[in-house]
Amino acid sequence: MEQILVYFFTYKEAIFIIALSVFLGIEVISHVPSVLHTPLMSGANAISGVIIIGGIILVGHTDASKLSLELILGIFAIIFATLNVVGGFVVTDRMLEMFKKKKK
Amino acid sequence: MDQVIGNLYGIDFTLGGTLLELSYLLAALFFVIGLKLLSHPETARKGNIYAASGMFLAIITTLLLHKNAQGGGIPLANIWIILAALGVGSVIGWIMALRIKMTAMPQMVSFYNATGGAASALVALLEFPNADMNNLGSVLVTILGLVIGSIAFSGSMVAYGKLDGKVGDIFSGMMKYVNIFLLLVVVAISVFIMTSGQTPEQLNWAIYLLLAVSLIYGIMFVMPIGGADMPVVISLLNSLTGIAATMAGFIYNNQAMILGGILVGAAGTILTILMCNAMNRSLLNVIIGAFGGGGASSNKDQIGDMKEITMSDASILLSYSKSVVIVPGYGLAVAQAQHACHELDVILSGKGVNVRYAIHPVAGRMPGHMNVLLAEADVPYNQLFEMDSINPDMPNTDVVMVIGANDVVNPAAITDPGSPIAGMPIINAHLAKNIIVMKRGRGKGYAGIENELFFDAKTRLLFGDAKNTLQNLVSEIKSL
Repeated sequence: MEQILVYFFTYKEAIFIIALSVFLGIEVISHVPSVLHTPLMSGANAISGVIIIGGIILVGHTDASKLSLELILGIFAIIFATLNVVGGFVVTDRMLEMFKKKKK
Repeated sequence: MDQVIGNLYGIDFTLGGTLLELSYLLAALFFVIGLKLLSHPETARKGNIYAASGMFLAIITTLLLHKNAQGGGIPLANIWIILAALGVGSVIGWIMALRIKMTAMPQMVSFYNATGGAASALVALLEFPNADMNNLGSVLVTILGLVIGSIAFSGSMVAYGKLDGKVGDIFSGMMKYVNIFLLLVVVAISVFIMTSGQTPEQLNWAIYLLLAVSLIYGIMFVMPIGGADMPVVISLLNSLTGIAATMAGFIYNNQAMILGGILVGAAGTILTILMCNAMNRSLLNVIIGAFGGGGASSNKDQIGDMKEITMSDASILLSYSKSVVIVPGYGLAVAQAQHACHELDVILSGKGVNVRYAIHPVAGRMPGHMNVLLAEADVPYNQLFEMDSINPDMPNTDVVMVIGANDVVNPAAITDPGSPIAGMPIINAHLAKNIIVMKRGRGKGYAGIENELFFDAKTRLLFGDAKNTLQNLVSEIKSL
């Protein structure tokens, strides 16, 4: 129990961010027309690829002088996260491009 | 960049470190603005580019400015490895995204979601040896990152396989209990890891066991879910991936990851609930009461006969109608018939017929999927109507043409309280004066429920591939 309180205190800013972001996320999304559900889901999906930063930090501190399981898995983590980010944003753009064509 | 510019709580902070945090703040703001713009049709594309720019900024500054606890930057050798991995991922991701057909979009999103979940799980797995076992909070976020990331990964892969037709629905009443058992095992291993007091090396076996059980749980969790519930599951898995990224963000105390992840987690959850509302089902009902392949008890065996209509009768009926409503469904999407459909609507409009499209909120395999497909075929916005705005007009509609849709026009949702889709809002096609249904065969729909509409006295059926049927219909009308 005490440890959890210490943890809360150590990360209080982050926990505040989380609590407020939940409402922010809900507020930002709640009035979206159903036309945009699929692109929105796809765009949000690309943002969740922010784990890519974790991958970079991870491999950044892995010993690169020899080939280890850590290094290989770390590289895969970056490749997977990049797929998520790049693929997600490109696919979303492709979908939205079609809507834009209509407007003219 | 390593110049010390201040001191806080006895810790020096450098110019580079400050700039890095500043760029994370900017990235987070770009994510929020991006999501906001994404939820309006006019600004959606710009929003996507904003979010992507935020991500790009965060990646570049992390590469240049990140320092470990000892103040060391990323060694050059590692930078090259990272750049190579980023390059490989970008090229593959880009090519896949450009090649994918619009009809296959749901499985593509599901696949990308799986890769994001896998990345979170891997990061948590590899950071576990560095976890401070005396700090229960930090062990907990690592475990949560691993568990949630793995579930999102294996669950999304199953969803991908199902949508792509590679994996069938497997349903048995036992699965509910197996899933609860697996979840308990996950909790038990997690508690053991946190309380055993052993070092991470000693607990290596437990963490891999936890990984394995979580992966299996992800598979078992999505396996029995099918039919119209699939989009809900994808959205739910999407929000899980966001939460996993947040947990990994805690491992590094990285604000961009924490905020980006939780935004997606919250947005994904809200989207999931919106979709559940569209089907009048609770989330718990979707997860536990999966109706996928499990035939419902209240299905009547045979309600009557299906009556076919000939191509020329159909073309005459359509040409001499005043008002036609097209109800597109997933069958239209798989047959790639959106262009042929638009052709038909143009030719009918040319004859003075008022042609409109009725879009059910969960038409296709993802909400809004149908709008994307029809937009691809150049169908103008103002011809697309949402279910609620077109339903009152149904009794005055001469012909409703149902193309490859099934559950979204099934009147059982209103008339039969025992039906698995009871209470789901539907497009009231059965109230129209005439109904033409285009169907591939006499089988049941994706959700496996018999549809009374097909046996209605006003209904006539055109069997065949939607695209061929539509093309034949167009040439038939032209030759009238």
